[in-house]
Amino acid sequence: MPSWKDDVEVLVDEGKISVPYSWTVGSTLSRFYCELRDNGKIWGNRCPSCGKVFVPPKIKCIDCYEDLRDWVMLPGTGTVETYTVVRYQEPVLHPRKAPFVYGVIKLDGADTGMVHFIGGVDPEEVKVGMRVEAVIEGEREGNILDIKHFRPIK
Amino acid sequence: MGKRVGIIGVGQTHHAAKRLDASGVELIAEAVTRALDDAQLTMADIDAIVVGNMDHFENINYVDGWAVDGLGACMKPVFKVTTGGTTGTTVGACGYYHAASGLFDVVLAVGWEKNSESDTQAAIATCANPTLERDPFAGAIGPLATEYSMYMKAFGATEEDSARVAARDRNNALNNPYAHSRQAVTVEDVLNSPMLSYPVKFLDMCPRSDGACAVIFANEEKAKKLCPKPAWVHCSVVRHDYTHFGDLEWKFMPTLERASAEAYRLAGITNPLKEFDVAELYLPCSTCGVKWMDSLWFCEHGGAPKLIRKGTFDMDGQLPINPSGGVISCNPIGATALIRVGEAAWQIMGKAGDRQVPNVKKALCTGFGGCSWTGLMILGADLP
Repeated sequence: MPSWKDDVEVLVDEGKISVPYSWTVGSTLSRFYCELRDNGKIWGNRCPSCGKVFVPPKIKCIDCYEDLRDWVMLPGTGTVETYTVVRYQEPVLHPRKAPFVYGVIKLDGADTGMVHFIGGVDPEEVKVGMRVEAVIEGEREGNILDIKHFRPIK
Repeated sequence: MGKRVGIIGVGQTHHAAKRLDASGVELIAEAVTRALDDAQLTMADIDAIVVGNMDHFENINYVDGWAVDGLGACMKPVFKVTTGGTTGTTVGACGYYHAASGLFDVVLAVGWEKNSESDTQAAIATCANPTLERDPFAGAIGPLATEYSMYMKAFGATEEDSARVAARDRNNALNNPYAHSRQAVTVEDVLNSPMLSYPVKFLDMCPRSDGACAVIFANEEKAKKLCPKPAWVHCSVVRHDYTHFGDLEWKFMPTLERASAEAYRLAGITNPLKEFDVAELYLPCSTCGVKWMDSLWFCEHGGAPKLIRKGTFDMDGQLPINPSGGVISCNPIGATALIRVGEAAWQIMGKAGDRQVPNVKKALCTGFGGCSWTGLMILGADLP
């Protein structure tokens, strides 16, 4: 095969577009984050038809397409369903430096899992089935990082 | 030949510049709930879902996954389509194709956009070829200004002609509770509004909006069973053309001309100006409301200004265009063209409220986008 490099002088245009996005949290998640920010509590919403409790809250029941107007406060404790230990650095977007642990936590009183960091423990010590509790940040802004992480219940 | 299909329900959000009370999924849920209510159905009646928007307007790339709860799409077939400004008519066409195929009885089509979440002009600029036309010619306003400038020179159309279209659409919006921008406007107001890009002024141009629209399609058997007065789809036609802005024919609008010619052939229309009772057209700028009338075969090339000056397309004219207020009053981009379909369907069904045109039997609706593409649908009160 002849080398295309002999025929083509390569030019590459550098892009300059950088679009700043901002996302409306919405009425459902706003309530969730305001409770977290103002009272340090985790709330979910329950389907009036099938009774399923969604944490984080959903707009509509996945199964029934019902409005989820029944809000329930959860104790903030739960069980690790699965996890991984992240050992690579993602320099731009990620708020934590490796190594750190994240996973799925099924909160007591919820029918759905919630993804978050698992901390306050050696990565090697984290186990599936481990009982954990939410650690709420002292300074809170109304976003998912108001929960610092979930740590093992001593 | 596919099955015959009717529209049996329509829902839309109350659109606004910024709907800070609702996330994108919540806007979708609002439109879907209203469409289900309009058709008196529940989500259990829906067999398949089509959804569309422009990924880069919100930087959310899997709306078909991320909005499952708002769409009611859990464990149902979802099909995402995204074709720029024409997304709404593509979503509509896709909903129609699904129902016409015989594979799905009742299909929910949803278009949405939350334009307040990014810089719309910057996002639109990414549609143009990055190594050729993006720097010197991208965006929405400039190209539309360029085409009207040429039309003015060729046929003696004026800035006042387009201002008349702007005043017509904007005043029509006063009758539409869903429209984003509702303001009484005179031709002088339009002419005196700030110049954006000659000859396009501020009040000539569409805004960007937050909103969603949902339209429910059903095949003939189901539509007759579920709806007392469906809006029957007589045809759905899509035409794309060239790659670059420089390729376009600027004196007229080739995709609209070819799409409408094919649609009229399919629907048996020989005199569109006489045979249509109402039209909901994707006119992103009032200048298009002049120039593109030629390309819909309402007149010969260059004949549009005369019709505009006669008031042919006013609410009390021969063929009312955009009773809803059109795109210059409301523009949640991925929903915009589907709103044309939904509004036209409501006109057929007699559900258009204060903006109802009496006794609508045939309605024309269009979508516009990309590099001057056209998606077009003809709806009728009688079976095709």
